[in-house]
Amino acid sequence: MSRVQADPRTPPTANDSDGAPLLEVTDLFATYPVRRGIVGALKRERRRVVRAVDGVTFSLDRGEMLALVGESGCGKTTTAKAVLRLIDPVSGTIRLSGRDITTTPQRQLRPLRKTMQMIYQDPYESLDPRFRVSQVVEEPLAIHGEHRGRGARHGQVVDALTRAELTPPELFADRYPHELSGGQRQRVAIAASLVLGPELLVADEPVSMLDVSVRAGILTLLDRLRRENDMGVLMITHDLSTAAHFADRIAVMYLGRIVEEGPARKVIEDPQHPYTKALLSVVPRRDPRERLAPQILRGETPNPIDVPAGCRFHPRCPVVRDECRATDPELRPVPGAPDHRAACVLIGT
Amino acid sequence: MGMRTDVTDDIGEELKRPAPHRGRRNWFWRVISESTQAKVGLGVLLFFIAIALLAPWIMPYDPRTSVGEPYEPPSWEHPLGLDDGGVDMVSLLIQGGRVSLVVGFAATLVAVLIGGGIGIIAGYFGGWSDSLLMRITDYFLVIPDLPLAIVVAAVWGPSLSHLIFVIALLLWTTTARIVRAQVKSVRERVYVRRAGSLGASDLRIVFRHVLPQIGPLLAANVVLTVAVAIFDETALTFLGLGDPTAITWGSIITFAFLRTAISAGAWWAVIPAGLCVAFVIMGCFWLGQAIEDALNPRLKVSYLSTRSFRVLKPSAPEDG
Amino acid sequence: MSLLEVRDLHVWFDRPGGERLHAVQGVSLDLDAGDRMGLVGESGCGKTTIVLSLLGLLPPSATVAGDVRFEGESILVDDEETLQLHRWTGISMVFQGAMNALNPVKTVETQIVEPMEFHGTAEGADARRRAGELLELVGIPTDAGARYPHEFSGGMRQRAALAMALACDPKVLLADEPTTALDVMVQAQILELLVALAKELGLALVLVTHDLPVVAQVCDRAAVMYAGEIVETGPMDLLFHAPRHPYTRLLFAATPGLHGQDEVVSIPGTPPRLDREIVGCPFHPRCDRAFDRCRVERPELRWLSEHRRAACHLNDEPAVAGRGGA
Repeated sequence: MSRVQADPRTPPTANDSDGAPLLEVTDLFATYPVRRGIVGALKRERRRVVRAVDGVTFSLDRGEMLALVGESGCGKTTTAKAVLRLIDPVSGTIRLSGRDITTTPQRQLRPLRKTMQMIYQDPYESLDPRFRVSQVVEEPLAIHGEHRGRGARHGQVVDALTRAELTPPELFADRYPHELSGGQRQRVAIAASLVLGPELLVADEPVSMLDVSVRAGILTLLDRLRRENDMGVLMITHDLSTAAHFADRIAVMYLGRIVEEGPARKVIEDPQHPYTKALLSVVPRRDPRERLAPQILRGETPNPIDVPAGCRFHPRCPVVRDECRATDPELRPVPGAPDHRAACVLIGT
Repeated sequence: MGMRTDVTDDIGEELKRPAPHRGRRNWFWRVISESTQAKVGLGVLLFFIAIALLAPWIMPYDPRTSVGEPYEPPSWEHPLGLDDGGVDMVSLLIQGGRVSLVVGFAATLVAVLIGGGIGIIAGYFGGWSDSLLMRITDYFLVIPDLPLAIVVAAVWGPSLSHLIFVIALLLWTTTARIVRAQVKSVRERVYVRRAGSLGASDLRIVFRHVLPQIGPLLAANVVLTVAVAIFDETALTFLGLGDPTAITWGSIITFAFLRTAISAGAWWAVIPAGLCVAFVIMGCFWLGQAIEDALNPRLKVSYLSTRSFRVLKPSAPEDG
Repeated sequence: MSLLEVRDLHVWFDRPGGERLHAVQGVSLDLDAGDRMGLVGESGCGKTTIVLSLLGLLPPSATVAGDVRFEGESILVDDEETLQLHRWTGISMVFQGAMNALNPVKTVETQIVEPMEFHGTAEGADARRRAGELLELVGIPTDAGARYPHEFSGGMRQRAALAMALACDPKVLLADEPTTALDVMVQAQILELLVALAKELGLALVLVTHDLPVVAQVCDRAAVMYAGEIVETGPMDLLFHAPRHPYTRLLFAATPGLHGQDEVVSIPGTPPRLDREIVGCPFHPRCDRAFDRCRVERPELRWLSEHRRAACHLNDEPAVAGRGGA
């Protein structure tokens, strides 16, 4: 049984020699066009876009786990895809180990893909059903031409499977994905992303489709791997409890912006942004005796096509003020905790 | 308790067995073994293919030499009688089968190569290449079959290779549309996108991930296209667009028709050839349909079934 | 006599390869008006199969045995007429993924009226008026009834599905993973709605889910399922604070708490195959308290006290159990 001691987090290991964080995202914007169709074009309707990522800035150090948390449509998945250059941002900067990869053409990005890998949400769909486990884990090596020769590659595969806790590896190597459980498949995906020794790992809801009893195992594995290999992990999740337990830092997103960001414990215990407070208040608790004082916001998150003016949260904010309709607040540090920031005019008052 | 126990305990009974010999690879054999329809279809096809291959050894007489009177009825030496030129029908059918099957397969091959190629490019890359290729496909779909064939024959002269070309031209569009639709959907599968995020080249993705996934459907399409190709050959030859010197099932029927076999009562000159064509087409359909049905497991489940779930009556209570 | 009584329910499924899957292995429970009961378990434990049996919605490959009584009348029959008597008017259901199962070419109002007219509880203008009332009850503006499902958000569609389920004034509402695909804020809204409706309409609610915290907040009692059987039942409070089955304890332990600093565990191993006979306790290979008896003898779901049942040998052996519990 795997257990995690949720003791105070050891600080992340040092950055690389010139002090640049592993990943630095500045003022990132990414949009999706909304198709007008012929009728719309003829009527000369304004071209509308989905403002999926609307000005996001954050950084990630080696050995650190940052959880991007938010509800659907907040832009967390799009941010992750933009960081990996799976979609092209409209503007902003993405720096990987100090190197600007925002506009690098896909061809030049290919060798860089060795250093940044992604774990997908659906373990039942992310592995090619026609590939054996050994082929799945070997593929990244074959793509990048690493370790030529069957023997060398096989050794890497066995090593990766072992590190993903699929032991004995020989037993798993010849299997097809459909013979494995969801948790095992996700471990195969993890092994396949480890085999190239990445520096950055993006995990998109890595356990949301797995049974509760296996989630901790996978998350603990990710946690251990990032410490052992000094990997930076960007975890996308909608589950605040998971983020609270495993991440070093949490960034809460709403309608394409980070509205609060800081050390995990601080964000959970002492939330500053009204949205974070509301969100935390409605997360169901395990203990039936814990009576919630839920702050259930009315309505639903507006469409990212029509982002409200001023503070994007103001239409639903329980403590809204007049100035919120006009001002779009920046992330500002909470007094007394410079590493904990929130985008609300009430901070510091 | 080490970190590893939660996974080693995962290894239940199933994983202790040795890896299955082939797993998912042999979908083809699975379909064949599970479906009687597939077995019959394949059997019929193999029968005709075998005859065509073994022709030089099993043909009783030379298909171009007269061995008796025109339209001699079937007898022990000539089980299917003789045609209008006194040639043994069985030999004619065997020879005709060779050519018809070759034309059918060759035309299908060309059609699938063209259609498959276009379908993959359009489906995988999308965008303007997709629009362009699909408009071209639509154009070919719209062209009336017969006039096209007639024009080609008129311009280039009737010959077998032209016949193959024309049939291919008529058939590639269906393959293109099916392949494009499939490629478009497979392309969106998570594991394909994941391969892309690993840095795999498009070529690799298409050959290693997309093609194997559409393989079965493509196979079904190929088999069904052969059926249509053979039918087209028969029809087009009948209309005089084939090589007049070649012996095909179509030409056998044609000449029998032209040389008034029916009014002469010589059914053996017409019907056997027609039956051969019909059997091959049916064989193709059965095999192709069986593959298609196997690919779509949801067709097996009938939610509108009139049958209901079963309720077990409790067994009779014991005495005392 | 309870509103809904399930006695020794068994369900088998015939698989295409010829094997038989014993999906539900002797489940018994009672439901009274006003109860809010949770049916909790992970994938494959049989909880959805149970609720489908209650409505007679099992596929032809299923075989059932046992007894299910609604208001005293046996409804575990393969006779459509008897099933139709109580379907929707007595017991109704919000299906898993119901919000994606709304008919895209009919307006929401029409879809709420449909069951009323089909079961003869209301007609025409009367039915439409009632549909309007239901929409208001579930928090959808009445004029939105004339819209189509694709114009609604996920949360609104789930409310519409709820309105449909309530169309014929049922006494029992079965909700299968009603909030699984929804954001946490919308989930909170829907759960609040469910509880309010249950109280206001005097419904008996069965909430089927794998999400323990949801059950903890909504239900007053729950049945924990594993490998086709119920392994523990009891008030939510006691299930969390004093579980009498290791699986219950471990399941809670595997769910991270928001504020607590408790360890988060995972349970090693996988559930047993249901197409084979299970020897001993189905959970014993994964149990951290298993002992010899667990390997050979299958525990019965026994009453431990008035409202508690558990299927674990530890409850018989206080010496082994130590603190007298799992």
